[in-house]
Amino acid sequence: MYKFEVAANSFILQNRIDHYSKFIKQLIAVLFVALVPLISFANEAVPVAEDPVLEKRLIDLSENLRCLVCQNESLAGSRADFANDLRREMREQMKANKSDEEIIDFLVARYGDFVLYNPPFKTTTLLLWFGPLILFLGATIGLIIYLRRRRTQLEDIPLSESQRLEAEALINKTNKE
Amino acid sequence: MTRFLLPLAIFSVLVVFLGVGLTLNPRQVPSPLVDKPAPVFQLNHLHDPDKTLMSQDNLGKVWLLNVWASWCVACRDEHPLLVQLAKAKIVPIYGLNYKDQRDTAIQWLKQYGDPYTVSIVDADGKVGIDYGVYGVPETYIIDKQGIIRYKHIGPVTVKSLEDKILPLIKELQG
Repeated sequence: MYKFEVAANSFILQNRIDHYSKFIKQLIAVLFVALVPLISFANEAVPVAEDPVLEKRLIDLSENLRCLVCQNESLAGSRADFANDLRREMREQMKANKSDEEIIDFLVARYGDFVLYNPPFKTTTLLLWFGPLILFLGATIGLIIYLRRRRTQLEDIPLSESQRLEAEALINKTNKE
Repeated sequence: MTRFLLPLAIFSVLVVFLGVGLTLNPRQVPSPLVDKPAPVFQLNHLHDPDKTLMSQDNLGKVWLLNVWASWCVACRDEHPLLVQLAKAKIVPIYGLNYKDQRDTAIQWLKQYGDPYTVSIVDADGKVGIDYGVYGVPETYIIDKQGIIRYKHIGPVTVKSLEDKILPLIKELQG
């Protein structure tokens, strides 16, 4: 019995050692494979943004532009293929020394004002720009009219002679009681 | 009485506005390119990469430019209609194969039928940007003078064909 237990234990132990050494071998292999690119391409690690200044300009500009595929996201934030393509196009135009205005004009000519988060000021957007002001003015005028009317309603309305006598009689009656 | 009628009137106006707002499709962004000259392109044929098609080659005829791709699921919806339309020989349909692989695109046409007079390849989507493409499929109607007269976003349906596309083509051809 005892011998059997020892044998079983050592068997289990051996198994575990095998298991761990296999695991460690695999770990070393994985680490080695993971390190290979670092070793071989150490000099060529390309930074995410080739030109940080240009990339900053791109982000600043595209944050104010709408992605037409996922319409609540900006071109800067969207991961849609469409946004990727447009960012690439904008990057190319920036490299070609186009101004921000030229790039925006380029996009508006193709996708319309809808790409702009800040709507331009023109006849079709007049209501958009002045709508809130009109609503505010209307509400203010309404409020003024209402307050004026209420003031006249609150003004003293003189009692007629019969009403006065009636009121007097009531007061006298309650005083007596 | 007016103190009840006025709120009711305001409420009705609000309901109408909200109702209209709800039935609008935010995906239907009006294209600024309608009634403007179709952007110029020069692209290789899908089936014969040595040949090129220039947009000016189609001057003098009314034609459809249909943006499609083998990866585009919605394109499968409209495709039988396009095949039918091509068979009826009403209008030549040119396919803009948008950001696709050549062999998978050719395979796709073999499988679903090829309604296109010519398919041209826009592998990097540059011409797509010029045409304001943002959701495939899209279909443009271009007139004899090379002006874009209509843009249909999303799959072509029987209704859109009957209501808008076919009457417009007839008018432009006449």
